[in-house]
Amino acid sequence: MCRIGSIKSLEPVPPSVALRLMISQQEGHDNSGFAMVMKDLAGAFLHYKNFPLLSMACTGRGVQLVNEYMEQHGFVQIAQWVPEVDRQPGLKIEAMPRYVFRNYDYPEIYRYRTQAEREDLLLDTRLALRKLLEEGNDGYVYSFWPDVLTLKEIGDPADIATYFRLWNDDSRLLSRNIVVQCRQNTNYDIVRYAAHPFFLQGFTLCANGENTFFTKNKEFQKSLFRGYIGFESDSQNFLYSLHYVLHELKWPIRYFKHVITPLPFAEIETRPDREVLKLIRESLAHLEINGPNTIIGMLPDSTMITCCDSKKLRPVVVARDDKMVAIASEVCGINEIMPDRDTSRDIYPNERELIEIRNDLEICRWKQ
Amino acid sequence: MEAVTTQDITVNDLQWKIEYRPEQCTLCGSCVAACTFGAIYVDMERLDKPVFTGSVPEGTRQHRAMPVIRQRSDINHACVGCGMCEKICPNTAIRPVRNEDSRMPLLQRQHGHPIKRGGRTNLNSQRTLDSIVVGRISQMTDPALDSERHTFDMRAPLGRVVDARHLPLAIDGNNLLIQGKTPPVRWIYPLIFSDMSIGALSPRAWEALTLAVGYLNEHCHLPVRMSSGEGGVPRKLMESDKFRYMILQIASGHFGWNRIVRAMPFMKTDPCAILIKIGQGAKPGDGGLLPAAKVGPHIQALRGVPKATLHSPPNHQGLYSIEESVQKMHLSLNAAFGFRVPVAIKCAASATSVSVYNNLLRDPYRICGGFFLDGIQGGTGAANEVSLDHTGHPIVSKLRDCYQAAVAQGLQGQIPLWAGGGIGMTGNAAADAFKMICLGANGVIVGKILIQLLGCIGNEHGRCNKCNTDKCPTGICTQDPRLMKRLDVDRGAQNVVDYVLAFDAELRKLMAPIGNSSLPVGRSDALVSTDRAVADKLGIQYAC
Repeated sequence: MCRIGSIKSLEPVPPSVALRLMISQQEGHDNSGFAMVMKDLAGAFLHYKNFPLLSMACTGRGVQLVNEYMEQHGFVQIAQWVPEVDRQPGLKIEAMPRYVFRNYDYPEIYRYRTQAEREDLLLDTRLALRKLLEEGNDGYVYSFWPDVLTLKEIGDPADIATYFRLWNDDSRLLSRNIVVQCRQNTNYDIVRYAAHPFFLQGFTLCANGENTFFTKNKEFQKSLFRGYIGFESDSQNFLYSLHYVLHELKWPIRYFKHVITPLPFAEIETRPDREVLKLIRESLAHLEINGPNTIIGMLPDSTMITCCDSKKLRPVVVARDDKMVAIASEVCGINEIMPDRDTSRDIYPNERELIEIRNDLEICRWKQ
Repeated sequence: MEAVTTQDITVNDLQWKIEYRPEQCTLCGSCVAACTFGAIYVDMERLDKPVFTGSVPEGTRQHRAMPVIRQRSDINHACVGCGMCEKICPNTAIRPVRNEDSRMPLLQRQHGHPIKRGGRTNLNSQRTLDSIVVGRISQMTDPALDSERHTFDMRAPLGRVVDARHLPLAIDGNNLLIQGKTPPVRWIYPLIFSDMSIGALSPRAWEALTLAVGYLNEHCHLPVRMSSGEGGVPRKLMESDKFRYMILQIASGHFGWNRIVRAMPFMKTDPCAILIKIGQGAKPGDGGLLPAAKVGPHIQALRGVPKATLHSPPNHQGLYSIEESVQKMHLSLNAAFGFRVPVAIKCAASATSVSVYNNLLRDPYRICGGFFLDGIQGGTGAANEVSLDHTGHPIVSKLRDCYQAAVAQGLQGQIPLWAGGGIGMTGNAAADAFKMICLGANGVIVGKILIQLLGCIGNEHGRCNKCNTDKCPTGICTQDPRLMKRLDVDRGAQNVVDYVLAFDAELRKLMAPIGNSSLPVGRSDALVSTDRAVADKLGIQYAC
């Protein structure tokens, strides 16, 4: 079982908070990696919020390839943060030669384009860069989006944090939202792209569990949208379904739960909105998920969500204090970062609800 | 000494020989009375032989005449192996035995006519599904479900499903509202009783099936549906609220539709669906056939026909293209029921099935509510044997081809796939259904197994298969009132209900280990095949 976690804070927090949230959950766990998506950045990226931020790990040749591509396509680099890594011996990390975090300005011809056109450009650019780097095995592009930073690596989470000096809290890496996970794929090959959180056009998601409808979801999603690629992990299905429901169909958030874990027909028939629910179940039957799982998602507007499978076979807990809401697979993680909270306000979501956490920390429980 | 006339037909030329044990026979005559084919008769056996008795043998001639049961050595009265004689004999004195040296295939065409019979193919009984096992079991990484404790949601769509981007939904705050019409879709049990008409079946057999359907729906909460077949529906049923369990079939003969149309103003409820039959797996491209012998007075009344052999043509007359078929038949039938009833189509599986399915999927009217594919192992009440044994297409790979064609276009699920033809052939319809669903079917259709549950003793090894003769020894496929009474309607319905309840439990027993609580449509990853050719063809894992 993976452990997943997330933090939404009124004040920017460093990655070390996320690390503490996760490492306390590592008992009996293989500690095989660290991956996080940070959103609403402060620190080094504070002044570049509107400029898409490219997060990648690659070889030296990979950097050259990306430089050429971005130049050819009119992107102008305006900022860069290169982690000053700590190469002390004995660290368990399979580090890549280069880590690149760069803000770009849009190509001139996009200056007056719509937001939707810009979003398409960012996606197409990320997909093109991914393909470019894959051809020569030159690295990985994780995200290319304004105000979003992704860091992933294979190894022991504590050592990875040491390597990137994440324990230092030097105020360079800060954000109001962090989605985090500390494990590589254990079912299939260890591939950096298979480590969640996954990212697509502002949507971030990580999942704990199995999706036994992987094949069925994958076969359907492949033709739904050009960005639904990879499928290195059965957890990617959740991200793509979330993106499809909210970004493509533009349906209200609560219907995501109806898509992935539809109500039994007998219950649908008793509801006043049965005709809508039946239409959804009919049309998106191939996006239904089965198996034990819990997900944490983050939307383009930084809203966080969490929900479970229809039988609640995997745990999750949501907790809050006045300044922060945290989600974790196990409550020990939350106890680590919020020991003084009122535990009676902790929420253990049931199989029929979707929890929405808004930017003002309002928690909304959507009953299915 | 008589010369041997080699062209004469003897019992040893027939497919079945009667094994008679005179020493156990009480001469009650029940077997002769029970044999609907006249294959046995009471005869006098004359014995005239010298007998030597006494301490000094003294020869006398003894004449004895004993009544015995004899088998007719006549093609038209050949024993079919139905075993009714054995069933009724109080003393196990008689039974049919398969004759390996039968010359029947050569003799049956003696009048220049093709062999006609019922049943299913006797040559193509290969079982692809038996080389496939459910091999992806939830172990450790994810938990199996408990088939007794967890809830399972086993429903399948019948009707045209619209893709999500084209749904007429409007957003109102946090809600979606329907702002237009969508095609009707029924969510039903993934098992449909296939189209066997009143005519092919006796009214009592048909009634037994409708009783079972009614009971399953109203007492067991399993929304099983039944297709009427092409032969009309009793008026009383059309005017009852149970009519919603029926799928009305229209085939190229349009038999029974005069009365259906006339009953429309009196229908209390819509039928579940309309099924346009284009072809049938047992006799693809050969049309329907109801021999005159079975066109009894009640059939004449129901179909509005004289006593004559009823042929449904191989094609729907006047339809010269698939586009036209869609426009004429689908639209007119949709319109007839106010676009409230799904209209589906049934075709024989064929090398061209994918093309047909593609056409339907791309039809701009989005009007086809289901694609029923019937494989070569489907049954029939009457067909030319050459069609039964030598035409058709195995269903498993064709179903898979159609599903994969839809997947390649991202259109899976829009026209539900229902597959049949041999489902439950070896007794376990649930296992067959489950595997077909994993390969892409939304549900399955069954026919032959239902009449076997009613008591049909026919099989694909040439036993009986005389559904076309009106002499059905079990009262299932006959219109002879005397024979019909052999079928106990209530017991027959009970058998069917019991089987479907077991089917339901077995389906859950297969869904639980793969960790699914709703139907695993297209979950080919749950299957493995022990036959590499099958695995390659179907795109599933090979295992050994």
